[in-house]
Amino acid sequence: MDVKKPSVGALLLGSIPFAAMCFSVSLWDRIDPILFGMPFNLFWLICWIALTSSCLWAAYQLETARDKRTGRTQ
Amino acid sequence: MSSATVSVVTILIIVAIGAAIGFLAGVHRKMNLEQWTVGGRGFGVVLVFLLMAGEVYTTFAFLGASGWAYSRGGPALYVLAYLTLAYVVSFFFLPQLWEVGRKHGMQTLSDFFSVRYGNKYLAGFVCVVGIVCFIPYLQLQLTGVGIIVSVASFDGIGRTPAMAIAVVLLVAFVFASGVRAVAWVSVVKDALMVFAALAIGIGIPLIHFGGIGPMFAALAHSRPAHLTMPGATTNLGHAWFISTVLLTSLGFYMWPHAFAATFTARSADTLRRNAVVMPLYTLTLVFIFFAGFAAVLIVPGLANGDLAMLTVVRRSFPPWFLGLVGGAGALTAMVPAAIFILTAATLFAKNLYRPVFAPAMTDDQVAKLARSMVIVLGLISLCLAIYSSTTLVSLLLTGYAGVTQFFPGVVLGLYWKRVTTSAVFAGVIVGVAAAVFLMLSHRDPLFGLSAGFLALCLNFLITVFGSLLTPALSKGRLDITRPTADQNIGQRS
Repeated sequence: MDVKKPSVGALLLGSIPFAAMCFSVSLWDRIDPILFGMPFNLFWLICWIALTSSCLWAAYQLETARDKRTGRTQ
Repeated sequence: MSSATVSVVTILIIVAIGAAIGFLAGVHRKMNLEQWTVGGRGFGVVLVFLLMAGEVYTTFAFLGASGWAYSRGGPALYVLAYLTLAYVVSFFFLPQLWEVGRKHGMQTLSDFFSVRYGNKYLAGFVCVVGIVCFIPYLQLQLTGVGIIVSVASFDGIGRTPAMAIAVVLLVAFVFASGVRAVAWVSVVKDALMVFAALAIGIGIPLIHFGGIGPMFAALAHSRPAHLTMPGATTNLGHAWFISTVLLTSLGFYMWPHAFAATFTARSADTLRRNAVVMPLYTLTLVFIFFAGFAAVLIVPGLANGDLAMLTVVRRSFPPWFLGLVGGAGALTAMVPAAIFILTAATLFAKNLYRPVFAPAMTDDQVAKLARSMVIVLGLISLCLAIYSSTTLVSLLLTGYAGVTQFFPGVVLGLYWKRVTTSAVFAGVIVGVAAAVFLMLSHRDPLFGLSAGFLALCLNFLITVFGSLLTPALSKGRLDITRPTADQNIGQRS
Protein backbone atom coordinates (compact mmCIF):
# COMPACT_ATOMS: atom_id res chain seq x y z
CA MET A 1 0.00 0.00 0.00
CA ASP A 2 1.18 3.54 -0.67
CA VAL A 3 0.80 4.63 2.94
CA LYS A 4 4.26 4.97 4.40
CA LYS A 5 4.52 2.34 7.14
CA PRO A 6 6.31 3.25 10.36
CA SER A 7 9.90 1.97 10.47
CA VAL A 8 10.83 -1.07 12.54
CA GLY A 9 13.07 1.00 14.78
CA ALA A 10 10.26 3.43 15.56
CA LEU A 11 7.89 0.55 16.30
CA LEU A 12 10.42 -0.99 18.68
CA LEU A 13 10.78 2.33 20.49
CA GLY A 14 6.98 2.53 20.69
CA SER A 15 6.70 -0.93 22.22
CA ILE A 16 8.94 0.00 25.16
CA PRO A 17 6.28 2.10 26.97
CA PHE A 18 3.73 -0.68 26.47
CA ALA A 19 6.07 -3.17 28.11
CA ALA A 20 6.82 -0.79 30.97
CA MET A 21 3.38 0.66 31.73
CA CYS A 22 1.04 -2.14 30.76
CA PHE A 23 2.33 -5.73 30.47
CA SER A 24 4.71 -5.60 33.42
CA VAL A 25 2.08 -4.38 35.90
CA SER A 26 2.53 -7.26 38.36
CA LEU A 27 6.23 -6.37 38.73
CA TRP A 28 5.69 -2.78 39.82
CA ASP A 29 2.25 -2.71 41.42
CA ARG A 30 3.35 -2.39 45.04
CA ILE A 31 3.71 0.27 47.72
CA ASP A 32 7.37 -0.24 48.70
CA PRO A 33 9.83 1.27 48.24
CA ILE A 34 8.17 4.64 48.80
CA LEU A 35 10.04 7.14 46.62
CA PHE A 36 9.64 10.92 46.84
CA GLY A 37 6.76 10.26 49.21
CA MET A 38 4.80 8.25 46.66
CA PRO A 39 3.91 4.56 46.52
CA PHE A 40 6.11 2.72 44.04
CA ASN A 41 3.37 2.02 41.48
CA LEU A 42 2.47 5.70 41.19
CA PHE A 43 6.12 6.74 41.08
CA TRP A 44 6.83 4.18 38.35
CA LEU A 45 3.98 5.43 36.16
CA ILE A 46 5.03 9.06 36.57
CA CYS A 47 8.59 8.20 35.50
CA TRP A 48 7.29 6.36 32.46
CA ILE A 49 5.05 9.20 31.39
CA ALA A 50 8.22 11.27 30.97
CA LEU A 51 10.19 8.37 29.46
CA THR A 52 7.38 7.69 26.96
CA SER A 53 7.83 11.20 25.62
CA SER A 54 11.56 10.49 25.23
CA CYS A 55 10.89 7.23 23.38
CA LEU A 56 8.51 9.00 21.00
CA TRP A 57 10.99 11.82 20.52
CA ALA A 58 13.60 9.25 19.45
CA ALA A 59 11.04 7.60 17.17
CA TYR A 60 10.27 11.03 15.71
CA GLN A 61 13.96 11.56 14.91
CA LEU A 62 14.09 8.18 13.17
CA GLU A 63 10.97 8.87 11.11
CA THR A 64 11.97 12.36 10.02
CA ALA A 65 15.49 11.18 9.15
CA ARG A 66 13.98 8.44 7.01
CA ASP A 67 11.58 10.90 5.37
CA LYS A 68 14.50 13.14 4.48
CA ARG A 69 16.47 10.24 3.05
CA THR A 70 13.69 8.89 0.88
CA GLY A 71 12.27 12.32 0.01
CA ARG A 72 8.66 13.27 0.71
CA THR A 73 6.25 11.94 -1.85
CA GLN A 74 4.03 15.00 -1.69
CA MET B 1 -20.54 39.28 50.35
CA SER B 2 -21.41 35.80 51.51
CA SER B 3 -19.14 32.96 50.42
CA ALA B 4 -21.85 31.60 48.12
CA THR B 5 -22.12 34.94 46.30
CA VAL B 6 -18.36 35.16 45.84
CA SER B 7 -18.12 31.71 44.31
CA VAL B 8 -21.22 32.12 42.13
CA VAL B 9 -19.91 35.40 40.72
CA THR B 10 -16.49 33.85 40.05
CA ILE B 11 -18.06 30.89 38.23
CA LEU B 12 -20.25 33.13 36.08
CA ILE B 13 -17.37 35.43 35.10
CA ILE B 14 -15.17 32.51 34.04
CA VAL B 15 -17.91 30.82 32.05
CA ALA B 16 -18.86 34.11 30.38
CA ILE B 17 -15.25 34.79 29.34
CA GLY B 18 -14.90 31.27 27.96
CA ALA B 19 -18.14 31.46 25.99
CA ALA B 20 -17.27 34.91 24.60
CA ILE B 21 -13.90 33.68 23.34
CA GLY B 22 -15.59 30.74 21.68
CA PHE B 23 -18.13 33.00 20.07
CA LEU B 24 -15.47 35.36 18.69
CA ALA B 25 -13.17 32.57 17.43
CA GLY B 26 -14.93 32.18 14.12
CA VAL B 27 -15.97 35.78 13.44
CA HIS B 28 -14.69 37.11 10.09
CA ARG B 29 -14.34 33.61 8.72
CA LYS B 30 -16.65 32.17 6.13
CA MET B 31 -18.13 29.07 7.76
CA ASN B 32 -18.37 26.37 5.13
CA LEU B 33 -18.46 22.69 6.09
CA GLU B 34 -14.67 22.26 5.83
CA GLN B 35 -14.02 25.32 8.01
CA TRP B 36 -16.67 24.42 10.54
CA THR B 37 -15.75 20.75 11.06
CA VAL B 38 -11.97 20.60 10.54
CA GLY B 39 -10.94 24.27 10.75
CA GLY B 40 -9.97 24.35 7.07
CA ARG B 41 -7.18 21.82 7.84
CA GLY B 42 -4.99 24.70 8.94
CA PHE B 43 -4.20 24.09 12.63
CA GLY B 44 -0.53 24.15 13.63
CA VAL B 45 1.11 22.31 16.53
CA VAL B 46 -0.23 24.72 19.15
CA LEU B 47 -3.91 24.67 18.12
CA VAL B 48 -3.92 20.90 17.54
CA PHE B 49 -2.34 20.46 20.96
CA LEU B 50 -4.99 22.69 22.54
CA LEU B 51 -7.80 20.90 20.75
CA MET B 52 -6.57 17.42 21.63
CA ALA B 53 -5.59 18.37 25.17
CA GLY B 54 -8.99 20.01 25.53
CA GLU B 55 -10.56 16.70 24.62
CA VAL B 56 -8.47 14.83 27.19
CA TYR B 57 -9.21 16.97 30.18
CA THR B 58 -12.89 16.19 30.39
CA THR B 59 -15.11 16.05 33.43
CA PHE B 60 -14.17 12.43 33.54
CA ALA B 61 -10.53 13.24 34.22
CA PHE B 62 -11.49 15.87 36.75
CA LEU B 63 -14.18 14.07 38.77
CA GLY B 64 -14.11 10.48 37.55
CA ALA B 65 -10.37 9.83 38.02
CA SER B 66 -10.31 11.33 41.50
CA GLY B 67 -13.59 9.52 42.23
CA TRP B 68 -12.02 6.19 41.30
CA ALA B 69 -8.88 6.92 43.32
CA TYR B 70 -11.23 7.59 46.21
CA SER B 71 -13.68 4.72 45.88
CA ARG B 72 -11.54 1.99 44.23
CA GLY B 73 -7.93 2.98 44.85
CA GLY B 74 -5.16 1.23 42.86
CA PRO B 75 -7.18 0.30 39.74
CA ALA B 76 -7.64 4.04 39.04
CA LEU B 77 -3.98 4.14 37.96
CA TYR B 78 -5.08 2.65 34.64
CA VAL B 79 -6.00 6.23 33.64
CA LEU B 80 -2.35 7.38 33.74
CA ALA B 81 -1.19 4.35 31.75
CA TYR B 82 -3.84 4.38 29.05
CA LEU B 83 -3.71 8.11 28.26
CA THR B 84 0.06 7.97 27.84
CA LEU B 85 -0.07 4.84 25.69
CA ALA B 86 -2.89 6.26 23.57
CA TYR B 87 -0.40 8.85 22.25
CA VAL B 88 2.10 6.11 21.48
CA VAL B 89 -0.56 4.38 19.38
CA SER B 90 -1.48 7.67 17.72
CA PHE B 91 2.14 8.27 16.67
CA PHE B 92 1.96 5.22 14.43
CA PHE B 93 -1.24 5.83 12.54
CA LEU B 94 -2.54 9.41 12.80
CA PRO B 95 0.06 10.90 10.40
CA GLN B 96 -0.83 8.25 7.81
CA LEU B 97 -4.53 8.79 8.43
CA TRP B 98 -4.02 12.50 7.93
CA GLU B 99 -2.36 11.95 4.53
CA VAL B 100 -5.22 9.76 3.38
CA GLY B 101 -7.77 12.18 4.81
CA ARG B 102 -6.34 15.15 2.97
CA LYS B 103 -6.24 13.31 -0.34
CA HIS B 104 -9.87 12.32 -0.09
CA GLY B 105 -11.33 15.30 1.73
CA MET B 106 -12.33 13.29 4.82
CA GLN B 107 -13.90 15.08 7.75
CA THR B 108 -15.38 12.28 9.83
CA LEU B 109 -14.77 8.71 10.96
CA SER B 110 -17.53 7.49 8.65
CA ASP B 111 -15.85 9.23 5.70
CA PHE B 112 -12.89 6.94 6.23
CA PHE B 113 -15.00 3.80 6.15
CA SER B 114 -16.96 5.08 3.19
CA VAL B 115 -13.86 5.87 1.12
CA ARG B 116 -11.76 2.87 2.15
CA TYR B 117 -14.46 0.22 1.91
CA GLY B 118 -16.86 1.87 -0.53
CA ASN B 119 -19.94 0.64 1.30
CA LYS B 120 -22.49 3.17 2.49
CA TYR B 121 -24.14 0.71 4.88
CA LEU B 122 -20.85 0.05 6.67
CA ALA B 123 -20.24 3.81 6.85
CA GLY B 124 -23.80 4.33 8.09
CA PHE B 125 -23.42 1.61 10.72
CA VAL B 126 -20.17 3.14 11.97
CA CYS B 127 -21.92 6.49 12.12
CA VAL B 128 -24.85 5.15 14.17
CA VAL B 129 -22.60 3.26 16.60
CA GLY B 130 -20.42 6.36 16.95
CA ILE B 131 -23.37 8.59 17.78
CA VAL B 132 -24.88 6.07 20.20
CA CYS B 133 -21.56 5.73 22.07
CA PHE B 134 -21.36 9.51 22.26
CA ILE B 135 -24.62 9.78 24.17
CA PRO B 136 -23.32 8.44 27.50
CA TYR B 137 -20.11 10.45 27.11
CA LEU B 138 -22.05 13.62 26.43
CA GLN B 139 -24.48 12.95 29.22
CA LEU B 140 -21.51 12.42 31.51
CA GLN B 141 -20.19 15.91 30.71
CA LEU B 142 -23.50 17.59 31.44
CA THR B 143 -24.03 15.63 34.64
CA GLY B 144 -20.53 16.81 35.52
CA VAL B 145 -21.40 20.48 34.95
CA GLY B 146 -24.39 20.04 37.24
CA ILE B 147 -22.34 18.44 40.01
CA ILE B 148 -19.41 20.86 39.78
CA VAL B 149 -21.42 24.07 39.66
CA SER B 150 -23.88 23.10 42.38
CA VAL B 151 -21.16 21.97 44.80
CA ALA B 152 -18.86 24.90 44.01
CA SER B 153 -21.60 27.49 44.42
CA PHE B 154 -22.64 26.12 47.83
CA ASP B 155 -25.84 25.01 46.09
CA GLY B 156 -26.45 28.63 45.02
CA ILE B 157 -26.97 27.40 41.44
CA GLY B 158 -28.96 24.18 41.17
CA ARG B 159 -27.91 21.26 38.95
CA THR B 160 -30.63 21.69 36.34
CA PRO B 161 -30.21 25.45 35.78
CA ALA B 162 -26.42 24.93 35.63
CA MET B 163 -26.80 22.29 32.94
CA ALA B 164 -29.30 24.40 31.02
CA ILE B 165 -27.05 27.49 30.99
CA ALA B 166 -24.08 25.38 29.91
CA VAL B 167 -26.00 23.81 27.02
CA VAL B 168 -27.31 27.16 25.74
CA LEU B 169 -23.83 28.70 25.78
CA LEU B 170 -22.05 25.80 24.16
CA VAL B 171 -24.67 25.39 21.47
CA ALA B 172 -24.30 29.09 20.70
CA PHE B 173 -20.54 29.03 20.25
CA VAL B 174 -20.46 25.75 18.35
CA PHE B 175 -23.20 27.02 16.05
CA ALA B 176 -21.28 30.22 15.38
CA SER B 177 -17.66 29.10 15.19
CA GLY B 178 -17.46 25.31 14.89
CA VAL B 179 -14.24 23.52 15.79
CA ARG B 180 -12.26 26.77 16.00
CA ALA B 181 -14.41 27.80 18.98
CA VAL B 182 -13.63 24.55 20.74
CA ALA B 183 -9.87 24.98 20.32
CA TRP B 184 -9.92 28.56 21.59
CA VAL B 185 -12.17 27.95 24.61
CA SER B 186 -9.70 25.19 25.49
CA VAL B 187 -7.04 27.86 25.99
CA VAL B 188 -8.96 29.40 28.89
CA LYS B 189 -10.13 26.10 30.23
CA ASP B 190 -6.77 24.34 30.22
CA ALA B 191 -4.89 27.24 31.75
CA LEU B 192 -7.39 27.32 34.61
CA MET B 193 -7.49 23.54 34.95
CA VAL B 194 -3.74 23.13 35.20
CA PHE B 195 -3.62 25.87 37.81
CA ALA B 196 -6.53 24.34 39.75
CA ALA B 197 -5.10 20.80 39.51
CA LEU B 198 -1.71 21.90 40.85
CA ALA B 199 -3.24 23.96 43.65
CA ILE B 200 -5.61 21.18 44.68
CA GLY B 201 -3.13 18.32 44.36
CA ILE B 202 -0.44 20.10 46.34
CA GLY B 203 -2.69 22.16 48.63
CA ILE B 204 -5.00 19.48 50.00
CA PRO B 205 -2.27 17.08 51.22
CA LEU B 206 -0.36 20.09 52.58
CA ILE B 207 -3.32 21.50 54.53
CA HIS B 208 -4.50 18.20 55.99
CA PHE B 209 -1.31 16.14 56.34
CA GLY B 210 1.61 18.53 55.95
CA GLY B 211 2.61 17.27 52.48
CA ILE B 212 2.23 14.57 49.84
CA GLY B 213 4.71 12.23 51.53
CA PRO B 214 2.98 12.26 54.93
CA MET B 215 -0.39 11.81 53.19
CA PHE B 216 0.72 8.62 51.44
CA ALA B 217 2.49 7.44 54.58
CA ALA B 218 -0.76 7.80 56.52
CA LEU B 219 -2.67 5.98 53.80
CA ALA B 220 -0.06 3.20 53.53
CA HIS B 221 -0.34 2.79 57.29
CA SER B 222 -4.13 2.72 57.67
CA ARG B 223 -5.35 1.43 54.29
CA PRO B 224 -2.36 -0.24 52.53
CA ALA B 225 -4.55 -2.40 50.28
CA HIS B 226 -6.20 0.70 48.83
CA LEU B 227 -3.02 1.82 47.06
CA THR B 228 -2.42 -1.27 44.91
CA MET B 229 -4.64 -3.37 42.66
CA PRO B 230 -7.35 -4.60 43.12
CA GLY B 231 -7.70 -1.87 45.77
CA ALA B 232 -11.17 -1.61 47.22
CA THR B 233 -12.59 -3.91 44.51
CA THR B 234 -12.54 -7.69 44.23
CA ASN B 235 -12.27 -8.19 40.48
CA LEU B 236 -10.10 -5.37 39.11
CA GLY B 237 -6.70 -7.08 39.26
CA HIS B 238 -3.68 -7.12 36.97
CA ALA B 239 -5.36 -8.97 34.10
CA TRP B 240 -8.13 -6.39 34.18
CA PHE B 241 -5.53 -3.60 34.19
CA ILE B 242 -3.67 -4.93 31.13
CA SER B 243 -6.82 -5.62 29.13
CA THR B 244 -8.44 -2.29 30.03
CA VAL B 245 -5.31 -0.29 29.25
CA LEU B 246 -5.04 -2.03 25.85
CA LEU B 247 -8.73 -1.50 25.09
CA THR B 248 -8.78 2.17 26.00
CA SER B 249 -5.40 3.14 24.55
CA LEU B 250 -6.26 1.53 21.20
CA GLY B 251 -9.76 2.99 21.36
CA PHE B 252 -8.81 6.52 22.32
CA TYR B 253 -8.56 7.88 18.77
CA MET B 254 -11.56 5.83 17.65
CA TRP B 255 -13.85 8.30 19.37
CA PRO B 256 -15.34 10.12 16.40
CA HIS B 257 -14.31 13.55 17.75
CA ALA B 258 -10.70 12.53 18.35
CA PHE B 259 -10.57 10.95 14.90
CA ALA B 260 -11.92 14.14 13.35
CA ALA B 261 -9.45 16.30 15.29
CA THR B 262 -6.71 14.61 13.23
CA PHE B 263 -7.99 16.33 10.11
CA THR B 264 -7.67 19.82 11.61
CA ALA B 265 -3.86 19.50 11.53
CA ARG B 266 -1.84 21.45 8.97
CA SER B 267 0.53 18.55 8.28
CA ALA B 268 1.32 14.96 9.23
CA ASP B 269 4.40 16.26 11.02
CA THR B 270 2.16 18.35 13.32
CA LEU B 271 0.51 15.15 14.52
CA ARG B 272 3.81 13.35 15.13
CA ARG B 273 5.17 16.23 17.17
CA ASN B 274 1.91 16.43 19.05
CA ALA B 275 2.19 12.75 19.99
CA VAL B 276 5.67 13.39 21.42
CA VAL B 277 4.46 16.24 23.66
CA MET B 278 1.03 15.00 24.74
CA PRO B 279 2.16 12.34 27.27
CA LEU B 280 3.75 15.10 29.37
CA TYR B 281 0.35 16.71 29.69
CA THR B 282 -0.85 13.56 31.46
CA LEU B 283 1.45 14.54 34.33
CA THR B 284 -1.03 17.20 35.42
CA LEU B 285 -3.55 14.42 36.08
CA VAL B 286 -1.24 13.02 38.74
CA PHE B 287 -2.22 15.94 40.97
CA ILE B 288 -5.88 15.05 40.64
CA PHE B 289 -4.94 11.60 41.94
CA PHE B 290 -3.25 13.12 44.99
CA ALA B 291 -6.52 14.85 45.83
CA GLY B 292 -8.57 11.67 45.30
CA PHE B 293 -6.28 9.64 47.56
CA ALA B 294 -6.25 12.36 50.22
CA ALA B 295 -10.04 12.35 50.24
CA VAL B 296 -10.02 8.71 51.39
CA LEU B 297 -8.77 9.81 54.78
CA ILE B 298 -10.39 13.26 54.97
CA VAL B 299 -13.99 12.46 53.98
CA PRO B 300 -14.37 8.66 54.24
CA GLY B 301 -17.65 6.93 53.45
CA LEU B 302 -19.14 9.16 50.71
CA ALA B 303 -21.75 7.27 48.72
CA ASN B 304 -20.84 8.94 45.42
CA GLY B 305 -17.08 8.93 44.78
CA ASP B 306 -17.48 11.51 42.01
CA LEU B 307 -18.17 14.11 44.69
CA ALA B 308 -15.07 13.28 46.77
CA MET B 309 -12.63 15.82 45.36
CA LEU B 310 -15.03 18.76 45.33
CA THR B 311 -16.19 18.01 48.85
CA VAL B 312 -12.60 18.17 50.06
CA VAL B 313 -11.92 21.33 48.07
CA ARG B 314 -14.98 22.97 49.56
CA ARG B 315 -13.72 22.09 53.01
CA SER B 316 -10.15 23.28 52.44
CA PHE B 317 -10.15 26.42 50.29
CA PRO B 318 -11.63 29.95 50.34
CA PRO B 319 -14.83 30.69 48.31
CA TRP B 320 -13.12 32.52 45.44
CA PHE B 321 -10.92 29.49 44.81
CA LEU B 322 -13.93 27.22 44.94
CA GLY B 323 -15.56 29.50 42.36
CA LEU B 324 -12.46 29.25 40.18
CA VAL B 325 -12.53 25.45 40.38
CA GLY B 326 -16.25 25.57 39.63
CA GLY B 327 -15.79 27.81 36.60
CA ALA B 328 -12.84 25.77 35.29
CA GLY B 329 -14.79 22.59 35.92
CA ALA B 330 -17.81 23.92 34.06
CA LEU B 331 -15.68 24.82 31.02
CA THR B 332 -14.00 21.43 31.32
CA ALA B 333 -17.35 19.82 30.75
CA MET B 334 -18.53 22.32 28.13
CA VAL B 335 -15.53 22.04 25.79
CA PRO B 336 -15.75 18.27 25.30
CA ALA B 337 -19.55 18.44 25.18
CA ALA B 338 -19.22 21.06 22.44
CA ILE B 339 -16.89 18.91 20.33
CA PHE B 340 -19.12 15.84 20.81
CA ILE B 341 -22.17 17.75 19.65
CA LEU B 342 -20.26 19.20 16.71
CA THR B 343 -19.00 15.77 15.65
CA ALA B 344 -22.31 13.99 16.12
CA ALA B 345 -24.14 16.70 14.16
CA THR B 346 -21.65 16.43 11.27
CA LEU B 347 -21.84 12.63 11.29
CA PHE B 348 -25.61 12.74 11.20
CA ALA B 349 -25.88 15.28 8.39
CA LYS B 350 -22.99 14.11 6.23
CA ASN B 351 -22.85 10.36 6.73
CA LEU B 352 -26.39 9.37 7.57
CA TYR B 353 -28.92 11.88 6.27
CA ARG B 354 -27.32 12.77 2.95
CA PRO B 355 -26.39 9.27 1.72
CA VAL B 356 -29.66 7.70 2.81
CA PHE B 357 -32.33 10.39 2.32
CA ALA B 358 -31.00 13.16 0.09
CA PRO B 359 -28.01 12.22 -2.08
CA ALA B 360 -28.38 15.46 -4.06
CA MET B 361 -27.56 17.74 -1.12
CA THR B 362 -24.65 20.13 -1.59
CA ASP B 363 -21.94 20.61 1.03
CA ASP B 364 -23.45 23.95 2.00
CA GLN B 365 -26.81 22.36 2.65
CA VAL B 366 -25.11 19.65 4.71
CA ALA B 367 -23.38 22.37 6.72
CA LYS B 368 -26.70 24.11 7.32
CA LEU B 369 -28.34 20.85 8.44
CA ALA B 370 -25.39 20.02 10.72
CA ARG B 371 -25.61 23.41 12.38
CA SER B 372 -29.31 23.05 13.11
CA MET B 373 -28.65 19.53 14.42
CA VAL B 374 -26.37 21.13 17.02
CA ILE B 375 -29.42 22.72 18.61
CA VAL B 376 -31.46 19.49 18.49
CA LEU B 377 -28.62 17.39 19.97
CA GLY B 378 -28.04 19.96 22.69
CA LEU B 379 -31.65 19.69 23.79
CA ILE B 380 -31.71 15.88 23.65
CA SER B 381 -28.59 15.54 25.77
CA LEU B 382 -29.90 18.07 28.27
CA CYS B 383 -33.08 16.02 28.74
CA LEU B 384 -31.05 12.81 29.16
CA ALA B 385 -28.77 14.42 31.72
CA ILE B 386 -31.70 15.75 33.73
CA TYR B 387 -33.67 12.52 33.78
CA SER B 388 -31.01 9.85 34.32
CA SER B 389 -27.84 9.35 36.29
CA THR B 390 -25.05 6.79 36.65
CA THR B 391 -21.51 7.10 37.98
CA LEU B 392 -19.08 8.63 35.53
CA VAL B 393 -16.47 5.94 34.89
CA SER B 394 -18.89 3.12 34.16
CA LEU B 395 -20.61 5.28 31.55
CA LEU B 396 -17.30 6.03 29.91
CA LEU B 397 -16.09 2.44 29.80
CA THR B 398 -19.30 1.35 28.09
CA GLY B 399 -18.77 3.87 25.31
CA TYR B 400 -15.11 2.82 24.96
CA ALA B 401 -16.06 -0.81 24.46
CA GLY B 402 -18.25 0.33 21.55
CA VAL B 403 -15.98 2.74 19.68
CA THR B 404 -12.85 0.60 20.01
CA GLN B 405 -14.50 -1.90 17.68
CA PHE B 406 -13.61 0.47 14.81
CA PHE B 407 -9.89 -0.06 15.44
CA PRO B 408 -9.33 -3.15 13.24
CA GLY B 409 -11.21 -1.53 10.36
CA VAL B 410 -9.15 1.65 10.59
CA VAL B 411 -5.67 0.27 11.19
CA LEU B 412 -5.92 -2.78 8.91
CA GLY B 413 -7.60 -0.51 6.38
CA LEU B 414 -4.55 1.73 6.38
CA TYR B 415 -1.83 -0.91 6.40
CA TRP B 416 -3.18 -4.17 5.01
CA LYS B 417 -4.04 -4.44 1.32
CA ARG B 418 -5.88 -7.70 1.72
CA VAL B 419 -8.56 -6.58 4.21
CA THR B 420 -12.09 -6.86 2.77
CA THR B 421 -15.33 -4.96 3.30
CA SER B 422 -17.44 -7.91 4.36
CA ALA B 423 -14.87 -9.09 6.91
CA VAL B 424 -14.62 -5.62 8.47
CA PHE B 425 -18.39 -5.29 8.52
CA ALA B 426 -18.79 -8.71 10.18
CA GLY B 427 -16.03 -7.93 12.68
CA VAL B 428 -17.53 -4.60 13.74
CA ILE B 429 -21.03 -6.05 14.11
CA VAL B 430 -19.85 -9.02 16.18
CA GLY B 431 -17.54 -6.84 18.26
CA VAL B 432 -20.22 -4.29 19.09
CA ALA B 433 -22.81 -7.00 19.76
CA ALA B 434 -20.45 -8.93 22.04
CA ALA B 435 -19.48 -5.78 23.97
CA VAL B 436 -23.09 -4.71 24.42
CA PHE B 437 -24.21 -8.19 25.45
CA LEU B 438 -21.42 -8.70 28.00
CA MET B 439 -21.85 -5.27 29.54
CA LEU B 440 -25.64 -5.26 29.72
CA SER B 441 -25.69 -8.74 31.25
CA HIS B 442 -23.15 -7.58 33.87
CA ARG B 443 -20.42 -9.95 32.72
CA ASP B 444 -17.75 -7.23 32.80
CA PRO B 445 -15.06 -8.11 33.75
CA LEU B 446 -15.23 -11.67 32.37
CA PHE B 447 -12.53 -14.13 33.57
CA GLY B 448 -10.79 -11.08 35.04
CA LEU B 449 -10.50 -9.43 31.61
CA SER B 450 -12.27 -6.32 30.37
CA ALA B 451 -15.34 -7.34 28.34
CA GLY B 452 -14.67 -4.73 25.66
CA PHE B 453 -11.18 -6.16 25.20
CA LEU B 454 -12.56 -9.67 24.65
CA ALA B 455 -14.99 -8.26 22.10
CA LEU B 456 -12.09 -6.49 20.36
CA CYS B 457 -10.08 -9.74 20.15
CA LEU B 458 -13.07 -11.50 18.60
CA ASN B 459 -13.48 -8.63 16.17
CA PHE B 460 -9.80 -8.78 15.16
CA LEU B 461 -9.94 -12.53 14.55
CA ILE B 462 -13.07 -12.24 12.42
CA THR B 463 -11.65 -9.33 10.42
CA VAL B 464 -8.32 -11.06 9.73
CA PHE B 465 -9.60 -14.55 8.94
CA GLY B 466 -12.69 -13.21 7.18
CA SER B 467 -10.45 -11.12 4.92
CA LEU B 468 -8.32 -14.14 4.03
CA LEU B 469 -11.42 -16.18 3.20
CA THR B 470 -13.26 -13.59 1.09
CA PRO B 471 -12.09 -12.40 -2.34
CA ALA B 472 -9.98 -9.22 -2.36
CA LEU B 473 -11.61 -5.94 -3.33
CA SER B 474 -11.53 -4.86 -6.95
CA LYS B 475 -8.41 -2.93 -7.82
CA GLY B 476 -9.83 0.57 -8.20
CA ARG B 477 -11.39 0.77 -4.77
CA LEU B 478 -8.53 -0.76 -2.87
CA ASP B 479 -5.85 1.85 -3.04
CA ILE B 480 -7.37 4.77 -1.24
CA THR B 481 -3.94 6.23 -0.91
CA ARG B 482 -3.27 6.51 -4.62
CA PRO B 483 -4.34 10.04 -5.56
CA THR B 484 -6.69 10.42 -8.50
CA ALA B 485 -7.52 13.73 -10.13
CA ASP B 486 -11.20 13.88 -9.18
CA GLN B 487 -10.67 12.96 -5.56
CA ASN B 488 -8.59 15.90 -4.47
CA ILE B 489 -11.55 17.68 -2.90
CA GLY B 490 -9.85 18.45 0.35
CA GLN B 491 -6.43 19.34 -1.01
CA ARG B 492 -5.05 22.53 0.43
CA SER B 493 -2.54 24.61 -1.51
